[in-house]
Amino acid sequence: MVHFTAEEKAAITSLWGKVNVEEAGGEALGRLLVVYPWTQRFFDNFGNLSSESAIMGNPKVKAHGKKVLTSFGNAVKHMDDLKDTFAELSELHCDKMHVDPENFKLLGNMILIVLATHFSKEFTPQVQAAWQKLTTAVANALAHRYH
Amino acid sequence: MSFLSAEEKGLVNGLWGKVNVDEVGGEALGRLLVVYPWTQRFFQSFGDLSSADAIMGNSKVKAHGKKVLNSFSDGLKNIDDLKGAFAKLSELHCDKLHVDPENFRLLGNVLVCVLAHHFGHEFNPQVQAAFQKVVAGVASALAHRYH
Repeated sequence: MVHFTAEEKAAITSLWGKVNVEEAGGEALGRLLVVYPWTQRFFDNFGNLSSESAIMGNPKVKAHGKKVLTSFGNAVKHMDDLKDTFAELSELHCDKMHVDPENFKLLGNMILIVLATHFSKEFTPQVQAAWQKLTTAVANALAHRYH
Repeated sequence: MSFLSAEEKGLVNGLWGKVNVDEVGGEALGRLLVVYPWTQRFFQSFGDLSSADAIMGNSKVKAHGKKVLNSFSDGLKNIDDLKGAFAKLSELHCDKLHVDPENFRLLGNVLVCVLAHHFGHEFNPQVQAAFQKVVAGVASALAHRYH
């Protein structure tokens, strides 16, 4: 089980409180689809993904990004129990969606990049370290029920 | 076939021209040591690395970060032959320094984060995509002579 220190938890929750989940979620998912184009394969029914501006402006990408990052908010509330928190989603991504777990790490990196671009003052090395730990731990929790 | 399209080269060079290579180098290396603490093992002779503040303020970290990023900058001038450009450094990192090549990918990711942090919204998805390609190419070139 991943252990977060009190300082790490504080760094994570304090930044999370300032995040516009809808905007950041859409941006993180959009950037994933732009930077790692093979990830578009999971979103065939999302309509126009033919260019960077099409992807970033796509309403289905924004809506789904919001959904994904809202779910990530659960991670912030349950940092001591990530595997159980994401157990059902892990099974879903394996059994129904057939997503290679490597993609969870890639999306985690995108979340960090979005935080870095938005929070010039707050995104200190310590905050980056705490968030990197969280996104890695969430990626592992999402991979945990794979079989 | 070129490694980067003309457009991608334009985006990379356009942003890189605004980068304070010395400063960004120190910050990227510092953040690597904070975010991925096991990397400190390669820098035992650097003195005080006992806290994030100590690391970010450490003059040897800054000097070495500057050296690393200037080398990266030289590599950008040979973007279509990264393997050739980094051949000697690849041998050095394998034979003398014994660095696991995974660490090159980690440093690349940290560099992308630092650029995102410094340039905010200017670090848009296309610029990010081009830079992710570059850091992946450099990491791959640095691993190429490993045996």
